[in-house]
Amino acid sequence: MANGDSTPPLAIELSAINKSFGDVHANMDVNLKVVSGHIHGIIGENGAGKSTLVSILYGFYAADSGLISINGQTTMIRHSADAIARGIGMVHQHFMLVPNFTVLENVMLGHEGSLSVEASAQKARSALNKLSEDFGLAVDPDIIVENLPVGLQQRVEILKALFRGAEILILDEPTGVLTPQETEQLFEILHALREEGVTILLITHKLKEIMAITDDVSVMRGGKMVAHLETARTSPAELAELMVGRKVLLEVDHTQAKPGVPVMQAQNLCLTTANGIDQLKDISLTLREGEIVGVAGVSGNGQSELLDVLSGITAPTDGSFRVGTSEITAQQPSDPAQLRSLGVAHVPEDRHKCGIILPFSAAESMILGYSSGDGQNGGWWLSPSELETNCADRMQDFDIRPPLPKLASANFSGGNQQKIVLAREISTQPKLLLVGQPTRGVDIGAIEFIHKQLIALRNKGCAILLVSVELDEIMSLSDRILVMNNGQMVGELTRDEADEQRLGLMMAGIGADDVVTASQMGAKS
Amino acid sequence: MTPPPALPRWADVGLIPLINVLAALVVSGIVVAVIGENPFEAMMVMIKGAFVYKGSLGYTLYYATNFIFTGLAVAVAFHAMLFNIGGEGQAYLGGLGAGLTCLMFDSMFPALILVPLAIMASASFGAVWGAIPGYLQAKRGSHIVITTIMFNFLAASIMVWLLAGRLKAPGQMSPETRSFSANAELPFIHDIVNAFGVEMARSPLNLSFVVALLACVGVWVLIWRSRLGYAIRATGHSTGAAEYAGIPVSTIIIITMAISGGLAGMMAINEILGVQHRTILGFTSGYGFTGIAVALMGRNHPIGIILASLLFGALYQGGAELDFEFSTITREMVLLIQGLIILFSGGLAFMFNRPLAHLLGLLLAARSAKGGQNG
Repeated sequence: MANGDSTPPLAIELSAINKSFGDVHANMDVNLKVVSGHIHGIIGENGAGKSTLVSILYGFYAADSGLISINGQTTMIRHSADAIARGIGMVHQHFMLVPNFTVLENVMLGHEGSLSVEASAQKARSALNKLSEDFGLAVDPDIIVENLPVGLQQRVEILKALFRGAEILILDEPTGVLTPQETEQLFEILHALREEGVTILLITHKLKEIMAITDDVSVMRGGKMVAHLETARTSPAELAELMVGRKVLLEVDHTQAKPGVPVMQAQNLCLTTANGIDQLKDISLTLREGEIVGVAGVSGNGQSELLDVLSGITAPTDGSFRVGTSEITAQQPSDPAQLRSLGVAHVPEDRHKCGIILPFSAAESMILGYSSGDGQNGGWWLSPSELETNCADRMQDFDIRPPLPKLASANFSGGNQQKIVLAREISTQPKLLLVGQPTRGVDIGAIEFIHKQLIALRNKGCAILLVSVELDEIMSLSDRILVMNNGQMVGELTRDEADEQRLGLMMAGIGADDVVTASQMGAKS
Repeated sequence: MTPPPALPRWADVGLIPLINVLAALVVSGIVVAVIGENPFEAMMVMIKGAFVYKGSLGYTLYYATNFIFTGLAVAVAFHAMLFNIGGEGQAYLGGLGAGLTCLMFDSMFPALILVPLAIMASASFGAVWGAIPGYLQAKRGSHIVITTIMFNFLAASIMVWLLAGRLKAPGQMSPETRSFSANAELPFIHDIVNAFGVEMARSPLNLSFVVALLACVGVWVLIWRSRLGYAIRATGHSTGAAEYAGIPVSTIIIITMAISGGLAGMMAINEILGVQHRTILGFTSGYGFTGIAVALMGRNHPIGIILASLLFGALYQGGAELDFEFSTITREMVLLIQGLIILFSGGLAFMFNRPLAHLLGLLLAARSAKGGQNG
């Protein structure tokens, strides 16, 4: 199948791909042309069918119908081995690395090429060194993978693909786990790869990334390709509109906060692990009624641990915090159930691991954390019909789709799963809401909705502690912003003082003393 | 390796176990043919032996009673993602509980008090024997599979020690307690039915079967209708979510293992109170282990467990008949058939998922294509 003369050579050509899972038509007549040597983005909301499409391309699923051409040749891709043989490499959202192997062992795993590990290791080492040099992907081959930061682990994934001779690299939501700095580095690597002639297919739902790095972009919505655009000739607003099928507000309607009495006061909270690593150091903060306090920081600097301690999942090792009249200390720890009864609701950072239970029905996930039967709905028994009625109400209030309380939580899209969690936590009318990454992996329409809900809750007098790695989110929602670095609060900015540069410096721990402002951090603010 | 494709629920729950059993029977049939017997004839003998001959149904249900208890035990633990291999030992200890209660009180209390007391004792002894590994798992991190297996051996040793020693009836050689008085007996079903003037052949089937069915209802209510069951399932599906929710995970593990052990312990009432009327050595004879296959095949649901128990009960009873009818087919042959069923419905439980999913997919595609042409 030769291409037309005038068109550039195509690395990938998909035509009329269809794939259904039961009643769900995940891909409908999807066409895609990826020009060789370009960085091509596929953008779409969660559940738009992006991941299904690349899974078909990489041989994880077989398409129900449609044609795949790689470098102009129509091929059948039945297994990932077929894809690899045709020069396709994939970097998964969740890395496929053996954590206790070295970088070298991970790279050569499955491609040893000889019975002797020693001999293949030697061959792999020289190949790896060459790749590292050619593409500027420096990684120490003898380091154990689990000791590497996430950004470098991803680099190992890329090296693994290149080592297997990939000329087409698929990256599925590669920046979801990266810090802003690591994202920058990834983009540099991708540029370098393109210089070397590698074709890159980037799957993301982040507009910024598409604009920053791609040459072409395809937009998916509801299982269909809705547009193919040249990145230079489009705008974030246009892409956003194509993704959701309507215009979206990227800014939140944020009014002046009217903070009231303190709801929670923390004094010198510390958390030290069993092997002596300080995860939280002397954290003091006060949260008041009717304000949103954002916690900015590069992920892994203690924000998650702060949420765990304040929600009662982990006991502090020193210091204390007070909710209402209850004092929680290392000696008198609490638990999530007690804190919930004190009016502390918690939207966890990882909704799949904690926020919902995937095989449970939506109605069952809707009472997670509130199932013990204390308070208004006591007793030993659960009535499914009652749960379902309550769930149906919440689904209507929070526009959760599909509005089916019996549907397994796993079958909702990321945004709707997050809405289930939010609906559950907000509808208890909490005094304090702890929120971790409220919009991680959530599509634009849902982000807007979730932001509005948080503002509305604040206006009703709830205190909100917002932890997010999205600086935009922190800046557009928060009334005050605390910055964490290395387990410590390194500064506080008011809403007006905050800008990306200033926050970025503080997050990096550079010149923290210089940027702490007059409205000092701590309990007295 | 991609995960097996999703099957519709009816196929997963209904069709797959059926196909597994059929596959096991086909292989068994081949083996029967190889040793020179007619497999269809053998099959007929088994079915007749399990359901048709006089009293055979009673025997089948009597075996099924044991499997229901041990199957429920495995299922309850499995909902908390705990693999309780210790049903055998828990049932054995349950027999000790029932036995001790009867030895102590059988001349004191009437049946209406003694039998419930003995049932509670068997459940409590089994519960303790299950809860200890539960505690070790929850608080000490010892893996439940290892500890429950070891507790089977501990239970066996304790029972040998007691039955050959302190509990052995004076003046006799066999390692068993004295016979209990009639106060400790669970009535036979044929006695009850005959009392109503309906003719029924004698069999060891006793009121424990009804208790087993009640236990099924109880387990269903516990798992799907109670807050405790919610906590058990939440713990089983996602420890992280349970911790986030403030569910006391360690406590739930211990409670679940206690319930599981209690159910296994209740198996003893069928043998001790229902049939033997004394505690004897080795009365559990592997029912506890078969419970694992029963739960697996019954998809950890009480209804599935009842059906799987019936199948295994029929195999036990029909198998005995097979042994009786054919000189070439021995007891070992029957064990082989049981083994094949356990292999196909347990070890190879998901072997047919993928082909079946493909087949169903093709059928659906063909049907929708047809519909498309018509429409």
